[in-house]
Amino acid sequence: MKSWRIFSTRYSKSIFWFGLVLLLLAATALSLWTGSVALSPARVLDVLTGKDTSSTAARIIFYSRLPRTCAAFLAGAALAVAGMVIQTVLNNPLASPGVIGVNSGAGFAVALVCAVFPAARQYTPLVALSGALIAALLVTGLSWRTGASRITVVLAGVAISALFGAGIDAVVTLVPEALDGVADFRVGGFTGVTMARLVPAGGLIFVSLAVVLSLARQMDVLRLGSDTAQSLGLCVGVVRFVLLFLAAVLAGAAVSFCGLMGFVGLIIPNTMRRLLGEGSLELTAASALGGAFFVIVCDVLSRILFAPFEIPVGIILAFAGAPFFLWLLLRQKGVRV
Amino acid sequence: MIQLKNLSAGYFGKPVIKNVTMEFQPGKVTVLVGPNGSGKSTVLKAALGLLPAMEGGVWYDETDIRLLKRRQIARKAAFLTQSRNTPSIRALQMVLHGRFPYLSYPRYYGKEDYDAARKAMDATGCQQYENTNITRLSGGQKQGVYLAMALAQDTPAVFMDEPTTYLDIGHQFGLMQTAKSLAREGKAVVLVLHDISLALREGDLIGVFQEGRLLCFDTPELVYHKGVMEQVFGVDIHRMDTPHGTQYYCTLKEAKDALVSHIH
Repeated sequence: MKSWRIFSTRYSKSIFWFGLVLLLLAATALSLWTGSVALSPARVLDVLTGKDTSSTAARIIFYSRLPRTCAAFLAGAALAVAGMVIQTVLNNPLASPGVIGVNSGAGFAVALVCAVFPAARQYTPLVALSGALIAALLVTGLSWRTGASRITVVLAGVAISALFGAGIDAVVTLVPEALDGVADFRVGGFTGVTMARLVPAGGLIFVSLAVVLSLARQMDVLRLGSDTAQSLGLCVGVVRFVLLFLAAVLAGAAVSFCGLMGFVGLIIPNTMRRLLGEGSLELTAASALGGAFFVIVCDVLSRILFAPFEIPVGIILAFAGAPFFLWLLLRQKGVRV
Repeated sequence: MIQLKNLSAGYFGKPVIKNVTMEFQPGKVTVLVGPNGSGKSTVLKAALGLLPAMEGGVWYDETDIRLLKRRQIARKAAFLTQSRNTPSIRALQMVLHGRFPYLSYPRYYGKEDYDAARKAMDATGCQQYENTNITRLSGGQKQGVYLAMALAQDTPAVFMDEPTTYLDIGHQFGLMQTAKSLAREGKAVVLVLHDISLALREGDLIGVFQEGRLLCFDTPELVYHKGVMEQVFGVDIHRMDTPHGTQYYCTLKEAKDALVSHIH
């Protein structure tokens, strides 16, 4: 695979990290500052520093903008790292969390609960996470039985996704009232996210991110191909299984509060790989920060483009991300992936 | 010393190699030859424990390979694979991965790992590419980096699966020189080669495979005199003493008859 790395020397790398963190901070600030109600930077600062805790502005910040910003941060970081891990394990830059059944599993669980226990809708995050994990475990478990080869993971993923996809359609056909909940979930977005909903998912995401970072060296060795990795002493089957499980937890936790948002897991890791190369520690950190930045920016755009109306962030993600990604792909002629 | 005893191994329950008994001695270049699909690569993988033995077994210095952990095997034998991935990283970073079997938590490469990696890059002549991304190197330069990674593993045995395929003649000779100097240092070097002239000229011991069986395992002279390779490959092999040592070359088996009939 040919690649061009803009940031390869130590000097240019420090510029890259500085720039990435700066962009992320700027996006976070923008996300708190802007919205359908105009708040001056000074008032936002007052609220954040605790000088103002009771005004309308404070309520907007605490109950709407702060949870939203945190949700966008967590979802972006989790989905981008999940995509990076799955691409590494399957050695395929086109793989994304959807490949291991995360999306369809979560969707089916949500549809089932909306149809059977409409009263339990406030438990949607938990339900979505369980569905995602069950589907991912089915996929990895099935492929484990057949030797955990990369192609069996992909094929088992296609089969399980088709199964759960059909399950969603069946539930919606039989119980049309479930359609509302499923549609909300499918479009994805951060409206109505509360801190109480975020905390458990956020905890899961931070723990999983830490474990992925601690497995960076194993991912490096895994990239060398399975025979070489094994002859270097890596237990390839076990490491693949653990990494896929972590990716499923990350993607499942994100999906649980923001619905389906598949595109981030594809474009952010690939962008970072092209900018930085394939050192797993750097790639994981850059994917997390880059994913968070991208989703926060898209969420801000979804709020201000047609204010006071909001368009679902998933649509912005695709409209903003796809052209950028294509531009990145086409910048070097004759790229082989 | 690595010993294979009555070893059978293969894929999906079907043995590819059957009842192979041989040993890889320290200080010797052992070359495995045979037609495509004869089981040479399978022998390497089974000897490294990448494929489990169906019958018989593999012993590393009298220890059954089944009793060794993957990391322990990785400290005893390095493997230069035939097909491989090329991640987009610096060459030195790649060679450092050869030190992976020695890492303990938190898996940071330390000074002795860098020293071992640089020494290995010197040995294969790729030290000047240290900071180059390996995706930008030519085939021969890449092979040097991969070989350096295997050497940085610092193992008593080195296995190479068709290391000269896709290399130009200069890099082929360079690789064989490195293999021989590794053997002189006391390592057991095992190569799978397709070039039988090269195998006969450079190998200390030759193992000839056909349809998963080891037909003959001996020095190049004895293998040549027994005529095993002529039978297996369907060619004539000629031996010639030249000012540059003993050389071997092959001709098509039918060539002699064809020439005779043409003259008549």
